[in-house]
Amino acid sequence: MTASGVIDRAGLDELIAALRNGGYTTIGPTIREGAIVYNEISGTSDLPVGWTDQQAPGGYRLEHLGDGRMFGYVVGPQSWKRFLYPQRNVIWSGVVTADGWETVTPPEPPTYAFIGVRGCELAAIAVQDRVFLAAGDRAADPSYAARREGAFIVAVNCADPGANCFCTSMGTGPVAGPGHDLVLTETVTDDGVVLLAESGSARGDALLASLAAMRPAEIADRERAAETMAAAQATVPHSMDTTDIHDLLLGNLEHPHWEAVAARCLGCANCTMVCPTCFCGTVTDELELDGGGARRVRSWDSCFTLEFSYIHGGSIRQAGSARYRQWLTHKLASWFDQFGTSGCVGCGRCITWCPVGIDLTAEVAAIRASDLRPAVPVAADGTEVNL
Amino acid sequence: MALLAEPRTALLDPMEPVPFRVRGIRDELEDTFTLELEPPNGRFEFAPGQYTMLYSFGIGEVPISVSGDASRPSRLVQTIRGVGAVTRALRNVRPGDVVGVRGPFGTPWPVDGATGRDIVFVAGGIGLAPLRPAIYRVLERRDHYGQVVVLYGARSPRELLFAEELQDWGGRFDVTVLVTVDNADRAWYGSVGVVTKLVPRAPYEPQNASAFVCGPEIMMRFAGQELESRGVAPEQIFVSMERNMKCGVGFCGHCQFATKLVCRDGPVFPFSEVARLLTVREV
Ligand SMILES: Cc1cc2nc3c(=O)[nH]c(=O)nc-3n(C[C@H](O)[C@H](O)[C@H](O)COP(=O)(O)OP(=O)(O)OC[C@H]3O[C@@H](n4cnc5c(N)ncnc54)[C@H](O)[C@@H]3O)c2cc1C
Ligand code: SF4
Ligand code: SF4
Ligand code: FES
Repeated sequence: MTASGVIDRAGLDELIAALRNGGYTTIGPTIREGAIVYNEISGTSDLPVGWTDQQAPGGYRLEHLGDGRMFGYVVGPQSWKRFLYPQRNVIWSGVVTADGWETVTPPEPPTYAFIGVRGCELAAIAVQDRVFLAAGDRAADPSYAARREGAFIVAVNCADPGANCFCTSMGTGPVAGPGHDLVLTETVTDDGVVLLAESGSARGDALLASLAAMRPAEIADRERAAETMAAAQATVPHSMDTTDIHDLLLGNLEHPHWEAVAARCLGCANCTMVCPTCFCGTVTDELELDGGGARRVRSWDSCFTLEFSYIHGGSIRQAGSARYRQWLTHKLASWFDQFGTSGCVGCGRCITWCPVGIDLTAEVAAIRASDLRPAVPVAADGTEVNL
Repeated sequence: MALLAEPRTALLDPMEPVPFRVRGIRDELEDTFTLELEPPNGRFEFAPGQYTMLYSFGIGEVPISVSGDASRPSRLVQTIRGVGAVTRALRNVRPGDVVGVRGPFGTPWPVDGATGRDIVFVAGGIGLAPLRPAIYRVLERRDHYGQVVVLYGARSPRELLFAEELQDWGGRFDVTVLVTVDNADRAWYGSVGVVTKLVPRAPYEPQNASAFVCGPEIMMRFAGQELESRGVAPEQIFVSMERNMKCGVGFCGHCQFATKLVCRDGPVFPFSEVARLLTVREV
């Protein structure tokens, strides 16, 4: 699993074609309505070549650089979640039979190849894997597992982290971690844009070996890639202090700052829709008009809505402050208890796509600055008591 | 090129409702009824306190606790209060119809781990239904326990669930049943007031008691506090939490309760784990 080589834009076209010939539906970044979003691509001409994105809290704008780079931007409003866990998806259907009803076998989903998966996004997929794939005695969600199992992942190292990216704080980027079949590092040379391609799996090896347009990677190629990524690593602009974050947040459930955030938050749920790890969904039931069949449709849901926590008698989380607190404490704290990992990978989407520019890292900092927890209790023998 | 993924593994779908046939419907109260369902393979094994997701074809799916006897697995028995779309649709089934079942899910009432101890059941309203399998289990092995106490509160005498069984249990020399109602009518001779008031009146030894509490959240909070103040260890008090549930298996996120997912970490929790959270608003 050490195959590597250097390709140019034509080489990437060959790579995409090879995946398509291998039966994959190839998905990659494209420009739609002023944003970079993931869609089916058939070659590099579909990519946002020469474009970059400018991000700010509550702000997003594309800019044309014309530098010929194919991956010179970061993440947009969508994530790969859209494909692995579709926004709306029939998870069960049944037909009426002579003595009741029975399950209809669902159609097979496509086999995807994702091209241009960033480090934070690889981490986000790994986070959702922990929710939806089998673990211990827990069964997998077959709809997610079917899409995830065969997916081929071409990762890209981020040479230009965005203004809201804090992947270094979360340990997820800008260099892509494990979990890919292939990782690309894009650099600009005198001969134009080149990609150092390194395999991460047997399938990645096979794909690289098949490329006619690939030349071996020389030491200079590796050095240039390493320098680019060292520079990127040093310039990730945003950050979040995660020290003791689990106990900090769960120990401050009654902090007045939740009210202060709620006063700004519109409760629009954008943050949860753009987040690549948010997995909450609801199920709605549909009965065919003639009554002969029924479907159960799963769609993304958000803890920011009132209905989300509805039980007979009223919603549990009525106040905006309770809903923001639910979101943030889940992302950054209780996710550890439930799934053994942080629920945040530092992609910055929720900051960029919040209409009022609420920045979770600033909210955490505000709570940290006025931590209301009592001083750590000490037991008689002098050790700290773990509450 | 060996590029294509291996054929997909066929998975058991935890979201697939299994058709169970309705064998009996019994009206318990004006708005509450019990369904007796026949498992397709003849057996439905569960532990007291567990619940299923019950599906009414084309209408929806809701979490409902098993209310039957675990030693009789040939029938799945569930007691339901009709409060909305799905629970009312379930009342309209007829014998021979089919409803969907997933489960059983969730943590049980740990009555088997409480042998040798005094047992206190505290139920409010429909909360007696999820406790009934635990009561059956304890009575079936009555000699394994010390005192056995059932404390039950309902809104009015007309809303006493399982009234005949309460009488039968109360008629036994080895069980104490105390019942209270919020609003009495003229024919009512029993206690009036919230069920928490019965906690100090029942005969049990707090230091050696395990308590199992099910009812509205506010009632469980006060009952738990009252039991604790009588000297029952918070680790020996168990409550069954209720949250919105869309899946029962940890996929949908609807049952969030701070660090817990009620569907799989609960619904039954030791009071020691939730007592503080119950005092925080809107968790
Ligand atoms: C673990 C558990 C065990 C339960 N056991 C029983 C039982 O044994 N008997 C019984 O009568 N009721 C029980 N309930 C409550 C029962 O699930 C709700 O009354 C039922 O979901 C209401 O659905 P509806 O469509 O009829 O009402 P609507 O008010 O129309 O509800 C709409 C939707 O909201 C959700 N919802 C509403 N109320 C609740 C609620 N209380 N809990 C969870 N989701 C809710 C459901 O997804 C429902 O489909 C239990 C709940 C939980 C969580
Ligand atoms: S919480 Fe925000 S920064 Fe963290 S993963 Fe979700 S969208 Fe990205
Ligand atoms: S934090 Fe921002 S994006 Fe999220 S719900 Fe509030 S206003 Fe919407
Ligand atoms: S009910 Fe879906 S996660 Fe608990």
